[in-house]
Amino acid sequence: MKLQEHHAKTLLARAGLPVPPWSVAATPADVGAQAERYLADGATAVVVKAQVLVGGRGKAGGVRLAHSADEAQTVAAAILGMDIKGITVRRVLVAPAADIIRELYLAAVLDRAEQRILLMGSAQGGIDIETLAQEDPAAIVRVHAHPQLGLQPFQARQMAFALGLAAHLGEAVAICQGLCDIMLAEDADLVEVNPLALVSEVGPEGPVERLALLDAKVTLDDSALARHPGHETMRDLDEEDPADVAARAAGLSFIRLEGDIGCMVNGAGLAMTTMDLVKRAGGEPANFLDIGGGARSDKVAEAMRLILTDPSVRAILVNIFGGIARGDEVARGLVEARARQARSVPLVVRIVGTNADMAADILRDAGSDIIAARTLDEAVERAVALARQAAA
Amino acid sequence: MSILVDRSTRLLVQGITGREGGFHAQQMLDFGTTIVAGVTPGRGGQSALGGAVPVFDTCAAAVAASGADCSVIFVPAPAAPDAILEALDAGIGTIFCITEHIPALDMLKVVAEVKARGARLVGPNCPGATTPGQAKVGIIPGSIHRPGRVGLVSRSGTLTYEVVQAMSDAGIGQSTCVGIGGDPISGSSFVDILELFRDDPETEGVVLIGEIGGGAEEAAAAWKAEHMPDVPMVAFIAGRTAPPGRRMGHAGAIISGSGGTAEAKIGALETAGIRVATSPSQIPGMLIEAGIDPD
Repeated sequence: MKLQEHHAKTLLARAGLPVPPWSVAATPADVGAQAERYLADGATAVVVKAQVLVGGRGKAGGVRLAHSADEAQTVAAAILGMDIKGITVRRVLVAPAADIIRELYLAAVLDRAEQRILLMGSAQGGIDIETLAQEDPAAIVRVHAHPQLGLQPFQARQMAFALGLAAHLGEAVAICQGLCDIMLAEDADLVEVNPLALVSEVGPEGPVERLALLDAKVTLDDSALARHPGHETMRDLDEEDPADVAARAAGLSFIRLEGDIGCMVNGAGLAMTTMDLVKRAGGEPANFLDIGGGARSDKVAEAMRLILTDPSVRAILVNIFGGIARGDEVARGLVEARARQARSVPLVVRIVGTNADMAADILRDAGSDIIAARTLDEAVERAVALARQAAA
Repeated sequence: MSILVDRSTRLLVQGITGREGGFHAQQMLDFGTTIVAGVTPGRGGQSALGGAVPVFDTCAAAVAASGADCSVIFVPAPAAPDAILEALDAGIGTIFCITEHIPALDMLKVVAEVKARGARLVGPNCPGATTPGQAKVGIIPGSIHRPGRVGLVSRSGTLTYEVVQAMSDAGIGQSTCVGIGGDPISGSSFVDILELFRDDPETEGVVLIGEIGGGAEEAAAAWKAEHMPDVPMVAFIAGRTAPPGRRMGHAGAIISGSGGTAEAKIGALETAGIRVATSPSQIPGMLIEAGIDPD
């Protein structure tokens, strides 16, 4: 689960890391009021940032500076309601603009290949790190935390020196440790700060330089959500397709796509393969849908309902290789769903493996118009042909 | 010969009295697997599978009484890391964890411990391994196999069954089929299993089933080219047309700079001299062209 910037910053601040003040607002008037407060506290400008879970919001015009409360209102009016890669901006983050001396990059991430937490840093901050990793991997400093002992202070110092932060060693070490600690405490896959910045602030005895975390991206491990009950409240339902929400509630893995062939498959690998074959046969899948292992008939019926909520679906392809999932359960669910469905769409079914014979009997006895296919290739061809017919 | 499991395997089932554990233990027994013990804390002294298998409270007691050398885990996710460590502590050398949805950071610590002790873990979130005609450990349907000389290793579950069925139908039998699971942190990698196949005199060819995300297929391709260049190998990658970013996401891309895309994987495999099928149904034909004789 990806977190919005303001939720990510809350986790970082709670861990005692230096995150400058921020607030969240949903109306231009509120943004103006927040800006006024920061400007009165001595900020020379404020930054207004769209809260969306897609990358590239800066390029899309979703991050802007304002030098007065009025300007902040105007900027907010432009950003709120803006469409960024299909997502409507409903909230913005408001924060005093920092006086940045240097920008850096720092992240803790789960490294699958090394099976450790990887702390990665770069003296080039505010950049697109994915591009940097591809084009100039040597510009990225990498330190792996021990899986049982965690990140050691010497490793944090290595990172700090490599990033040229010798003058801010204590602060840098605390931030390195903090990112790794948050990974563990919150069961995160990723805790990213981009930029980590060296900023100048006005202190009682003149300007002081210190490190500040100006942006944050956190991704949580979905498998660990159950042991962090508070995390569920950070889920942004506004940004999710209602079908995704319904699918999650039913224990289905569902992704809506652009095509017209609804797919229902058990297992993620087989579901992706089925989609690949649909494309190869000249069709377009309308969704990815994995009903999971041991799917009962009610889950199958819910999956069918979800597929049919998409008006562009012209044919449905069901591909089940029974293992834990039993073919007869799936067949019962299909017959049930077929009886209740709102509109009639050609249905091609291929069920093999556990209890496939019983499944075939159930589908035949139901006397329905379900088209049975023996092989995956055959099922795909039939579904693609039927979708094409329906479109003509 | 074969790898990981065979007719000499003495299997312990952790979670044998549960719904999933009980069902699949019976399937394994019917396949011919030697199940010597089950473990469910608090149910020691009872028996399972119609009296065929004694149940113990702890793995240590089960191993002491039965001489189990392999374990398969069906306990729910919150208890699964502990179950792996318990099997390890009892001296079990080969552990299969079927359980899915175990938090990745738990597995980070558990996998490090398994490796430190010199044991082998397959999974979590995996379908297990089957040596046709000898033993099956896990949940792969027994009926799809045919004994033979091609090894199969896969990150996927049902897709594996699809490929095995296609091979068996074409008369190409399997030495051992291994599902390593698709979790971010797992006990055995493609390379770990390829190494076992390389050293198995009865495995003459290998099928590798990968998916988008991560860099495991690329690593396997490089290893194959260097360490088993003469072994016929065919691969399949699921997710050629998957929308980018949903499986792999940003976390993987910032490390490797590659998105773990199907193109990158197929490119790496082909560079290593491995043919990549575009449909599971093409795999048997490609194996035959690579020099594997069907029965």
